Amino acid sequence: MLKKLEILADAAKYDASCSSSGSDRKNSAGTKHGIGSTEGMGICHAYAPDGRCISLLKILLTNFCVYDCLYCVNRRSSNVRRARFTPEEVVDLTLGFYRRNYIEGLFLSSGIIQSPDYTMEQIVQVARMLREQHGFRGYIHLKTIPDASPELLAEAGRYADRLSINVELPVEASLGKLAPEKDGAAIRRSMGRLRLNIEQAKEEPRGPRFAPGGQSTQMIVGADTTDDKGILATSDRLYNAYRLRRVYYSAFSPIPDASSGLPPGAPPLMREHRLYQADWLMRFYSFEAGEIVPQGGLLDLEIDPKLAWALGNRHRFPVDVNKADRESLLRVPGMGVRTVDRLLSIRRHKAVRMEDLGRLRVQLAKVAPFIVTADRQIGQSALDRLDLRARLMPKPAQLSLPLFA
Amino acid sequence: MHAVNLSHPADFEAWRSAARRMILADARPEAVDWRVGSDAGLFGEAEPAGGGRGPGGRGFSVPRGFMDLAESVVCHRDPARFAVLYSLLWRLTHGETGLLEIVSDREVYRAEAMARAVRRDIHKMHAFVRFRQRDGHYLAWFEPDHFIVDQAAPFFARRFANMDWSILTPDRSAHWDGEMLHLAPGASRRDVPDDDALEEYWRSYYANIFNPARLKIAAMQAEMPRKYWHNLPEARMIAPLIREAGRRTAGMIEAEGTAAPAKATRWAEAFARELPPVQDDGGLEACRRCGLWQAATQAVPGEGPAGAALMLVGEQPGDQEDLAGRAFVGPAGQLLDRAMKEAGIERTECYVTNAVKHFKFTPRGKRRIHQSPDAGEIEHCRWWLTKEIATVRPRLIVALGATAGRSLLRRPVAVMRERGAVLATGSDYRVVLTVHPSFLLRLPDAERKAAEYERFVADLRLAAAAAA
Repeated sequence: MLKKLEILADAAKYDASCSSSGSDRKNSAGTKHGIGSTEGMGICHAYAPDGRCISLLKILLTNFCVYDCLYCVNRRSSNVRRARFTPEEVVDLTLGFYRRNYIEGLFLSSGIIQSPDYTMEQIVQVARMLREQHGFRGYIHLKTIPDASPELLAEAGRYADRLSINVELPVEASLGKLAPEKDGAAIRRSMGRLRLNIEQAKEEPRGPRFAPGGQSTQMIVGADTTDDKGILATSDRLYNAYRLRRVYYSAFSPIPDASSGLPPGAPPLMREHRLYQADWLMRFYSFEAGEIVPQGGLLDLEIDPKLAWALGNRHRFPVDVNKADRESLLRVPGMGVRTVDRLLSIRRHKAVRMEDLGRLRVQLAKVAPFIVTADRQIGQSALDRLDLRARLMPKPAQLSLPLFA
Repeated sequence: MHAVNLSHPADFEAWRSAARRMILADARPEAVDWRVGSDAGLFGEAEPAGGGRGPGGRGFSVPRGFMDLAESVVCHRDPARFAVLYSLLWRLTHGETGLLEIVSDREVYRAEAMARAVRRDIHKMHAFVRFRQRDGHYLAWFEPDHFIVDQAAPFFARRFANMDWSILTPDRSAHWDGEMLHLAPGASRRDVPDDDALEEYWRSYYANIFNPARLKIAAMQAEMPRKYWHNLPEARMIAPLIREAGRRTAGMIEAEGTAAPAKATRWAEAFARELPPVQDDGGLEACRRCGLWQAATQAVPGEGPAGAALMLVGEQPGDQEDLAGRAFVGPAGQLLDRAMKEAGIERTECYVTNAVKHFKFTPRGKRRIHQSPDAGEIEHCRWWLTKEIATVRPRLIVALGATAGRSLLRRPVAVMRERGAVLATGSDYRVVLTVHPSFLLRLPDAERKAAEYERFVADLRLAAAAAA
């Protein structure tokens, strides 16, 4: 059992998602046998030295897989050790961990065995046992197999808080090359069906439950040659077509027994980080996908995308923090959504000065060149300094990256 | 000087009623001495008797936000917490009603910082408590920074409602027996078992979910600071995992590729038999005649019986149709259904399709905004429409909107001028031109909307009569 856990956790680590947020509220208070709760905001119960949160027991039901996706540790042509849990074993492990407060719930995925429906049925069976036999009210995230039957999908949605299908690669051409058995059209169709089901369940609160935590996906960064512009265009499309809660970016990482067709190198962690920042700008800062990536198609690795955008659009600055609208304030480098909203409420009562920004825990050196406050005016000339970029560049020591990345 | 004595360090209710008495007694912040438990009562006079009438001579109220803030702040370990809160309360009730919105005010800032620290401490307690089981009883030892056990415990009661559990801390303990939460004085680490059968599994999970190629130690420590490690069973894995990470990563990068295992081919063959044959028959889904397929979810075919006398052709699938893979299921489709019913037409007896089979749109914010197909796209897609017409052989086709009109009549059309008549075409079907139902949806003026809807229904009636 311990051996199986080793293999099937190791096989699951390349899926970046571990969120347990944003589902419906439920708990076991007042129940006879129930256990568990989800209360909106998820909890990260531990952090691994890779900086990633451990919120869910993230495992594969089995790492046997008939697919041969070049980037994947579990592809059929790999010589990794194989194992398979029984549904009962996964249920016991989930409940055992949950009772000790190690986890928020389960994220279950699987290699494709026999057929999409057979695999999906196995996954659904675990969720069904947890919910119906054990009254489990913790978080369940199920990986959805594209082209599984609508009945299985409906059942998965009833038990799961979140469903996900990984698009894996940013463009269809790459999928054809690196994951020949995967069908991009089927993935899109399934995501479309998920969105319709999720929205329908939301409109009819008395109808059957369907994945109240929405759907998410993951894209591997750096396994193919798609540039950041292409990646963000795909994300943008996924967000507005399928209303995904999150697109996860996963830097293509070395795996044991890598395919010689896709030799591993150091994972592009900084690129992944910049993509997350850009993704954030699209979702919360009203940036359009097209304006974030500079000519050349790649995000600047040295400075964050908002700062890079501001340096390329200096005519839009300085912004007067006492007069500017919310949208313009959100575009100031170093100012987050929370800071902006707090500024807007402060300025209803008094004129905002530099010291106010200081108390909002804003990095003054970063915002200063781009703003005007009641006690500090700057002219366009400061903005026109050619060395502005160099002055605003983060010191290498501040980066939380390993030295050999 | 007024001395106020609170019985325990996070006694919110006692602080609240005392603060209320002080405000009503007009006690200025600098004249109140807040104390907890035994260190109180050395000097200073007792609390003033009630009977004052408060600021402005009336009772007073404070914003809800202040009570929320105060509930958190009283749990902080800083001895100044009660005085800071009282000073805020004084200012709130003496003219500065909007004070809490000025987050950069020195005192507001200080109180917010305390509240933030307390909330984080509660959150980390929810995250890092680790139960160990002994005879069906789940026990945990935890060391919070602040006086948060009372506030943090109900979460565990909701989550582990049917477990017997106890969380012990140096200041206070929480016990749950399946029905009631009991709060008791602090306890000792020795009261908790020193191991649990599942910790070996948990450590194994922790070690194996870690990716050695992505070492980010600072990111880990920012969220799981060292001070928690000695109570986390998994933390003993951290040092060896970090130590080995470089070697393991280099090993993976340098390893030679291996030959696929023999069984790989067998798996692939077994699987291939299970799957239905791939559809690559040049069908609609595989259409690449124009570029619209790239951003769309799927091609949306028409629906209806072959031999239908009446065919309706819209422009292109919309957002909902693109997701569902079926024509006219969104808002425009629902309006069309209503109008058809009113015109006496059974939708199931008609063939309903679109001039262009893929959804064309531009992304804007979180939505996909419909864009009309251009002449080239209509032209490319006419191949499919022609095929549908040849199969269905309708007597009459309703062109819903200019795009459908253009495709069917092979020329630009003026819908408003040409509607209301049965138009002959060079082919063996006739056309009735009318507006697209989404045109009706977009009309802002209710009166015009009603009138246009009537005209639309009249066009459908005309078509039904001509098809009969």
